[in-house]
Amino acid sequence: MIRILRQIFRTGIVTEPLPLEAEAEIKEAGAKLKDAIRKRFSKSLTIRHVDAGSCNGCELEIHAINNPIYNCERFGIHFTASPRFADMLLVTGPVSRNMEIALRRTYDATPPPKLVVAVGDCGCSGGIFGESYASMGGVDKIITVDAYIHGCPPTPAALLHGILRAVGNR
Amino acid sequence: MSVLKDAITPVLGAGAVYDERQYPSSIISCTVPKEKFVETAKAMKKVHALLAAEWASDETPFGRGFGIYACYRWGSEYLIVKTEAPAEDPAFPTLTKKFLPAYRFERQIKSLMGVTPAGHPDSRPWIKFEDWPEEAWPLRKSFDASKAMPRVTGKYNWIRAEGEGVYEIPVGPVHAGIIEPGHFRFQAVGEDIINLEERLGYVHKGIEKKFESLSWQEGSRLAGRVSGDTTAAHSLAYCIALESMTGCSVPERAQWLRALFLEMERIANHLGDIGAVCNDAAFAFMLYQLSRLREIILRINHKLFGHRLMMDRVIPGGVSVDIDAQGVEMILSELKGLLKEFNKLVVIYDENSSLEDRVKDTGILTPDKARELCVVGIVARASGLNLDCRAQNPFPPYDRIGVTVPVLISGDVHARVWVRIEEIRESVRIIHEILKSLPSGAISADAGIPLPDTSGFSAVEGWRGEIVYWLQSGPTGGVNRCMVRDPSGVNWLGLEQAVLGNIVPDFPLCNKSFNQSYSGHDL
Repeated sequence: MIRILRQIFRTGIVTEPLPLEAEAEIKEAGAKLKDAIRKRFSKSLTIRHVDAGSCNGCELEIHAINNPIYNCERFGIHFTASPRFADMLLVTGPVSRNMEIALRRTYDATPPPKLVVAVGDCGCSGGIFGESYASMGGVDKIITVDAYIHGCPPTPAALLHGILRAVGNR
Repeated sequence: MSVLKDAITPVLGAGAVYDERQYPSSIISCTVPKEKFVETAKAMKKVHALLAAEWASDETPFGRGFGIYACYRWGSEYLIVKTEAPAEDPAFPTLTKKFLPAYRFERQIKSLMGVTPAGHPDSRPWIKFEDWPEEAWPLRKSFDASKAMPRVTGKYNWIRAEGEGVYEIPVGPVHAGIIEPGHFRFQAVGEDIINLEERLGYVHKGIEKKFESLSWQEGSRLAGRVSGDTTAAHSLAYCIALESMTGCSVPERAQWLRALFLEMERIANHLGDIGAVCNDAAFAFMLYQLSRLREIILRINHKLFGHRLMMDRVIPGGVSVDIDAQGVEMILSELKGLLKEFNKLVVIYDENSSLEDRVKDTGILTPDKARELCVVGIVARASGLNLDCRAQNPFPPYDRIGVTVPVLISGDVHARVWVRIEEIRESVRIIHEILKSLPSGAISADAGIPLPDTSGFSAVEGWRGEIVYWLQSGPTGGVNRCMVRDPSGVNWLGLEQAVLGNIVPDFPLCNKSFNQSYSGHDL
């Protein structure tokens, strides 16, 4: 136990401010967000992630925004296990044909206002997989999308930025 | 001397036909009549070879029927046995009685290529869902992949366990965490799992078919997106197979850098996995500590090579980014700090008795079963199989540096974690060796274009295990077939076996310790 405590204290808080170029925008979005989140989402934004056919690259970076360095919880953002509790769906793609129905069902199970954010180049437009017998293309081919986060995969900073912007836009 | 060739010669007899158009030339490839397909498998089983992959190729553009290929592995040797099925009677004898992994390979061949494995015990489709049209075989040349498929009604017959107190738990495809989709169906009595049936295919994106519409050069980009966490290794496997066909000789510096990328990828993923296993045993401390260390690696990648996961850094003919003296310095000093921290955390892992209670003797895959299932990579090494392409089929610099392969026999969650721990230490050592004597010179060469009707093969040790690629050029020199066998293609069967008799709440722990790719399996 003493080793664990020592390691925790030695590590300290490693959470970083977001990169400078994003900082100004995020501050602005953050200010708006505080009001928006307070009013709309009772001070916290709950996200349900749906992999609708991704290669797992975007998932790794979504994991990273939960790590102590990017620490998305500081903005009141956290991930939930069920769409029933979600304010936002974070969907990575392309939407595969075999996931289409599951994605629609998840969307239907989410209570309003159900913000939808398409993540990654594939989620935005189908990316390298495009449209084919097995790939339906971007997320907006299946459900209504409120915001897009480009990148292959987007960096954690870009993800945070995109999520905050999506809430600010509403 | 070749053990596999010696074993197969008596079966083939005098009329053996060896394929000269299979590259690299170290891979033995032969064509046998249908009735000898099973006999060769028997001979392979006798010398304890493993079935690495089985696939089919539509060879109608060459004026032939379907080619069915089985690739066996013994130590550093690979042998490909081919048999042919005419287009009007697309069938071949099943290998499932000799080799268990053929069970899924052949279901996949039937579902996607429409070639029937005669005598296969399970006629249900795999990856192809019940709402696909019956006659949709996407890997056939006659199939138009650009059109959307209509949905039909159908039913998937689950395996059912019956008896007093047996109940069923369906999980997925949308899981509780931030992970890929797949469906698991448990039959349990009380807390004990008596059967687990996986149902995968949700992230099938038609990758193998997509390769056929891309140029050889573009293919490496797609290979890098077969499984996003293994992007360097997949691109590399694709490139090596391609280069073997074109006879491209990759500059030495590029080969060393490729090994560097491979090891960086291995460290990053292993760190994430160990943390995730501990987190699933409610020891979140470890997840946060290790994800901090993982971030260090990703940031080095970003700073020096321009991409956190190193997508598209391995290209046909070499690599796309170089490293300078400053970069070398940076990696060395960062890794030194990382290893020091890591070793402290390993002590904490090792001394934590409540964690030990969860990971030891949980999810055991016995060495016997591991061999039966022909599993590869971490899963194999935790169950007593000494398999590592870096040691057995090394490309420079691995042949010079050498790789110590950790092998444990307990086959439980702890063994799979411990193999990763040892591998991280070994990878750090390898990176030191690479950077210490990195040769100078060019970082890429012209990859060239393969001749028509040739095939290339490669096996690369990604962080999950052996990745196999088999490329075939068409009659006009384009891509006729690109077969991808991610380690997950065989290891998923191992998970089904490992969880038996465990309690349902331990499933996440078992699953994380395997951490197989859905995308790499479903393709």
